[in-house]
Amino acid sequence: MHYAGVTTYYRFLRRSLHVATDGGWLFYAWMLVLTAVALVGANAWAVQVRDGMVRTNMTDHVSWGLYIANFTFCVGLAAGGVMMVIPAYLYHDHDMHEVVIVGEVLAIAAIVMSTLSVVVDLGRPDRFWHLIPVIGKFNWPVSMLTWDIIVLNGYLFINLHVVGYLLYTRFRGRTPDPRWYVPFVLLSIVWAISIHTVTAFLYCGLGGRPFWNTALLAPRFLASAFVSGPAFILLVLRVVRVGTDLPVNPGPSRLLVQIIRVAAVVNLLMLASELFTLFYAGGSHLASARYLFFGDHGKHGLVPWIWSAIALNLIGTGLFFTPAALERGWVRPVACACVIVGIWIEKGMGLIIPGFIPSTLHEVVEYAPSLTEWKVTAGIWAFGLLLLTAMLKVTVAVFTNQMAEPVEAAGPGPTTGS
Amino acid sequence: MSESKKVSLPVLGEVDRRTAVKAGAATLGLAAWAAAIKPWFEWTAELNTDEFLQKHYRELSPEQLQAILNRLTDDARKETGKAVTVKDHKPLPGVSFAYALNLSICIGCRKCAEACHVENNHDRPSHQSYIRVFEMQKGGIDFEKGDATYSHPVPAKDKYYMPVQCQQCENPPCVTACPIEATWQESDGIVVVDYYWCIGCRYCEAACPYHARRFNWEKPQVPAAEVNPNQSYLSNRVRPQGVMEKCTFCLHRTREGRLPACLEACPTGARVFGNVLDPDSEIRWVLENKRVFVLKEELGTKPRFYYFFDK
Repeated sequence: MHYAGVTTYYRFLRRSLHVATDGGWLFYAWMLVLTAVALVGANAWAVQVRDGMVRTNMTDHVSWGLYIANFTFCVGLAAGGVMMVIPAYLYHDHDMHEVVIVGEVLAIAAIVMSTLSVVVDLGRPDRFWHLIPVIGKFNWPVSMLTWDIIVLNGYLFINLHVVGYLLYTRFRGRTPDPRWYVPFVLLSIVWAISIHTVTAFLYCGLGGRPFWNTALLAPRFLASAFVSGPAFILLVLRVVRVGTDLPVNPGPSRLLVQIIRVAAVVNLLMLASELFTLFYAGGSHLASARYLFFGDHGKHGLVPWIWSAIALNLIGTGLFFTPAALERGWVRPVACACVIVGIWIEKGMGLIIPGFIPSTLHEVVEYAPSLTEWKVTAGIWAFGLLLLTAMLKVTVAVFTNQMAEPVEAAGPGPTTGS
Repeated sequence: MSESKKVSLPVLGEVDRRTAVKAGAATLGLAAWAAAIKPWFEWTAELNTDEFLQKHYRELSPEQLQAILNRLTDDARKETGKAVTVKDHKPLPGVSFAYALNLSICIGCRKCAEACHVENNHDRPSHQSYIRVFEMQKGGIDFEKGDATYSHPVPAKDKYYMPVQCQQCENPPCVTACPIEATWQESDGIVVVDYYWCIGCRYCEAACPYHARRFNWEKPQVPAAEVNPNQSYLSNRVRPQGVMEKCTFCLHRTREGRLPACLEACPTGARVFGNVLDPDSEIRWVLENKRVFVLKEELGTKPRFYYFFDK
């Protein structure tokens, strides 16, 4: 019996690998482009490790840049998937339950991207083992970074378990046992909130950085994550509906649009509240915001970024409020693209970078990412999308019962199910 | 789609061809991957396995530490041709260091920053130093009106000068931030970094309110002739690439009873350094008799670096 279990699992993995690498011309072209970009990124990173972080445009004044900016966004993306889980499991929305796995799969890819974004930011990735509890020296519970490592890895494993369990049981033609996954799904709801809260605490816990040192940071992170996450899922659902045989009802997407409507307004409201406090009260807390929005000491590097973000967020939110956003048309993907790019800027170039400008001693040293940083970041996205595509292929195949082996290949081993 | 085609007829050739193409693609992919990350291996080839497996400084046995110091000394001698010694200076019992700076007589000449640069084997091309001297506008202590990049004769009219370096906080935010305890405070108050333990995440640099920490963005370059041969494990030995470093109050000097290099270089005598636990020390006299203040007191970091005006 035990032996049969192992071979069945092996067959599942083998079939998954097959399904994940099999498709039409468009699929191969997509995977080829992603692989190429990922390789360019890997090469840029290897060169950066060899030559030093001098390959980036970071300095002792702006000591975190595009990598940590992208990290922050990706954590939000991972947390955003919970906005499918809550309706599916807490409100028993049947249609959402059918496609909720898409959100969990996205969470896995997004967590991998956030982890990679931190790894490429390390000056000494060869000493990664120092972070491993017990064999390294894990400064828990004092350092917020250790909390972040725990919650991000925890979230990854919870989602890997849920997705893996659901796919494998369906592959075997069995009904998933709720005891084996519902508790983990419920845990993942709390955990999703925690990953983005702790990520905000990384920044807002620093007393020396007034721009980040605000209690509103974690709520803002969550609100914007509940826009960018569902928006990304809407795009994925569109691709799944158009490109695969998986039936996708209109209900879940409409619900996600409704969620985005609320979260986007809350996000903009909190942004306005933050800006009012900064600009009306003035003082030293204002320095970064003034530089970010209007420039300071004749330097304006971030001004185009932040106004693009504000424009994109406003346009995207406006589009989501049109009735057309509830229908299957072009309005919805455009709105999604607007808020995804808008929030990517708002959380990165518009939040991480100005935390360093001016510096803690009020020196204005500007920062714009180097080509190496762009290549590495593009590589991380390409790798994340590769992973996402492969996992979605398997998911769709399992859910549409297309995992069966070609007839001839069936050998003398144990038969499916029992 | 392609799946159904395969199942419908026993066209083994099609399946085999696809498998062959996939295997070919996978091989190509692996080869491309190996080529892409080749620079990584060029870098690791230069690394030392002992260094990679080395334990945290505070977990090394005296023998292990001695072996490391010997290795570092040998390597440095080979590289520079000079009689370099890398020692390990431990904090002295009954000592708690503090620093005070007289803003009334500092003229902003940056001799302290230069001395730090030489003493601590800083990277030459970037002209790194642990000290930044700000030219400040009289009438307030406002860094927004300060300038650390001035290049004119000093002292300038209506200006005063404020050198800033590590404040060796009693409550250091950088130590709290570090995820792996690669930086800590020693019993004499000096905050140090284990250059062989730091992973270079730079969270401490984000946490420091005084812009006191520096990162080695590339391998520091110090011409052999200019290397300061009196080195210490936790302070001025030439740092590896990709790790943090910071002012250590020149512990390789001060723990031997000497004064920091920045103090010795100061032409006006603006700097006062010593053991606050010694009632007869000059630093104690300054702290007791001058109206001293610390930077960003409201943050609760409790600096050991004091400033005062004389007149």
